[in-house]
Amino acid sequence: MEIFLQQIINGLVQGSVYALVALGYTMVYGILGLINFAHGEVVMIGAMLALSSLTVLLGLSVPPLLALLFSIILAMAGCMALGYTIERIAYRPLRHAPRLAPLITAIGVSIVLQNLAMMIWGREYHSFPQLIVNATHSLGGAVINDIQIIIFILALLIMAGLMAVVHRTRLGRAMRAVAENQHAAQLMGVDINRVISLTFMLGSALAAIAGLMVSANYGLAHYYMGFVLGLKAFTAAVLGGIGNLRGAMLGGLLLGLIESLGAGYIGDITGGFFGSNYQDVFAFLVLIVVLVFRPSGLLGERLAERA
Amino acid sequence: MTLHFIRPLLFAAVSVVLLGCGKSATTEKSTSGELVVRIGASAPLTGPQAHIGKDNESGTRMAIEDANAKGILIGGRKVRFELISEDDQADPKTATIVAQKLVDNKVSGVIGHLNSGTTIPASRIYNDNGIVQISPSATAVSYTAQGFKTAFRVMANDAQQGRVLGEYAAKNLGAKKIAVIDDQTGYGQGLADEFIKSAKANGAQIVAHEFTTDKAYDFTAVLTAVKGKQPDLLFYAGMDPQAGPMAKQLRALGLKLRFMMGDGGYTPQFIKLAGEEAAEGSYASLPGVPLDKMPGGKQFEARFVAKYQPIQLYAPYCYDAVNVMIAAMQKADSVEPAKYQPVLAGISHDGVTAKIQFDEKGDLKGGAITLYQVQQGKWHPLETLGAAIPAAH
Repeated sequence: MEIFLQQIINGLVQGSVYALVALGYTMVYGILGLINFAHGEVVMIGAMLALSSLTVLLGLSVPPLLALLFSIILAMAGCMALGYTIERIAYRPLRHAPRLAPLITAIGVSIVLQNLAMMIWGREYHSFPQLIVNATHSLGGAVINDIQIIIFILALLIMAGLMAVVHRTRLGRAMRAVAENQHAAQLMGVDINRVISLTFMLGSALAAIAGLMVSANYGLAHYYMGFVLGLKAFTAAVLGGIGNLRGAMLGGLLLGLIESLGAGYIGDITGGFFGSNYQDVFAFLVLIVVLVFRPSGLLGERLAERA
Repeated sequence: MTLHFIRPLLFAAVSVVLLGCGKSATTEKSTSGELVVRIGASAPLTGPQAHIGKDNESGTRMAIEDANAKGILIGGRKVRFELISEDDQADPKTATIVAQKLVDNKVSGVIGHLNSGTTIPASRIYNDNGIVQISPSATAVSYTAQGFKTAFRVMANDAQQGRVLGEYAAKNLGAKKIAVIDDQTGYGQGLADEFIKSAKANGAQIVAHEFTTDKAYDFTAVLTAVKGKQPDLLFYAGMDPQAGPMAKQLRALGLKLRFMMGDGGYTPQFIKLAGEEAAEGSYASLPGVPLDKMPGGKQFEARFVAKYQPIQLYAPYCYDAVNVMIAAMQKADSVEPAKYQPVLAGISHDGVTAKIQFDEKGDLKGGAITLYQVQQGKWHPLETLGAAIPAAH
């Protein structure tokens, strides 16, 4: 039982990071119908920026919490600028091109960012400083630490905040309008370019926070960390229904749970025939089954229709 | 759907980049009358293991620069060695592309690859083209068991290493219930299998065999599954980018057990990533004797650190691999692989890491294995074992 509980905790923590990153994919897809494959690298850049800023500030003996706060803001600002630039350079000129073209530039941007990060921060793994006393708590035999609790609660708060932005604010209304029909929105006086830029910046800010969460939780940062995370988060977005905000959240948490329960129990269920080496196979099998029965994902509508 | 065509796309893009930056294969004669000899080298220079790959490249480069400074004569002509270093991304598919590229560049020999998973598929291409390959670090048994005359290594194999580790875990550390995690690469699988065989033979019980990948960073799920089986020792067969976070996470999950790794975990990076607290007491092995007991170890380290950075892992072995290859070329008075290969097979060379002699398969003769433990945040040698063990099979 305590093992089961532990796997649920593992899954929820991992899943809330997936959900935050998945939101970035899904917002862009909802509005542009474009898969921004460079999003995973934005997560990585966020973590790297925070790491650099922390290293400098702690070196100047700034109090840890102040340093952390400043680094979060810096990472978010940096990623927002990056998100804006990516959209401006790689996607806007191709907005009316065939759909495959921006997909290729997305992959190109991803490779460029990865290599840039490798040149700036080097090839080695950086250990991420531990800033708060990370006490562990026992929960019915299972273990959870402060950072994991913060990750989970912060992710839920951010998701709630994002829902409020999309459904309650002027910007949110403009986003939904652009998602529904770009031309009609333009005729109604919505500045499409501004809305799309802001969407990219919003998604990138979430990515920066996710990057910081991953680095703080696992105590490492590396130029390659965004690739696998991005792929998983994209899967989560598809699982929940790409283009749908609630879908991304549900998909993220679900993928986290499927992975941890799959890795933990697949061996026991199949009597050792399949082991944890089938962890990813298992996750993708669930994805395939969901897509067969619900081709547009679990909550499959696009952003706009979910007003 | 989308996922399935992204991979080939990335792969194609990478291939284009790799092919695009190739130098044209010109003749080996330069105008000044000196003989230009190309030595190929391959290791992951990007991706999670890039820091170890760069270490390999630096070790290789240093040996080549040393040889050029010496002004070696072969066939009466002054030789200038030229390093062609390629990135195999620790990926078996990319490794074969890179191997073909090195062959097309008319290299006289290859130092590499770093991982067993890349060395084995690449070795077929080198063998088909008659090019001598010396791997500084591939330890999988099957690499030299393919019957290729061109395949050599300057490090003990996993049969030797796994056997020593399994015996040490079960006998010296008295582990009764052992859990194993491997990273599903050619190296991880091979080492895990040999370890399990040996631990069982020495009376331990394998209570769990779990898996991860060489790109993962979250191990909480498999570690929780391991925790349920209550082992007293966990053996990880893989490299330090995974081993470090794994050690950290297993302490965070409250697992109280001994943590043991093969050579892939014996790096300063492991301690950095795990954190000194979580790394404390971990065991790892490395084929060969400790650096300060190597014939030229201290001196090599001082020169290497001055020129590049602290040694990660295999740099001394790369240095030796190049030197033993050049020694064979000098002795044969030829840079033709067909001519110097038989000389290399019978050579006896005093390297930095050990006295290098090969057995009939191309394995290092009498490879010793040293066990290390993290004590007060540093790797300390415990004991050197297995020097007299004959090669397996």
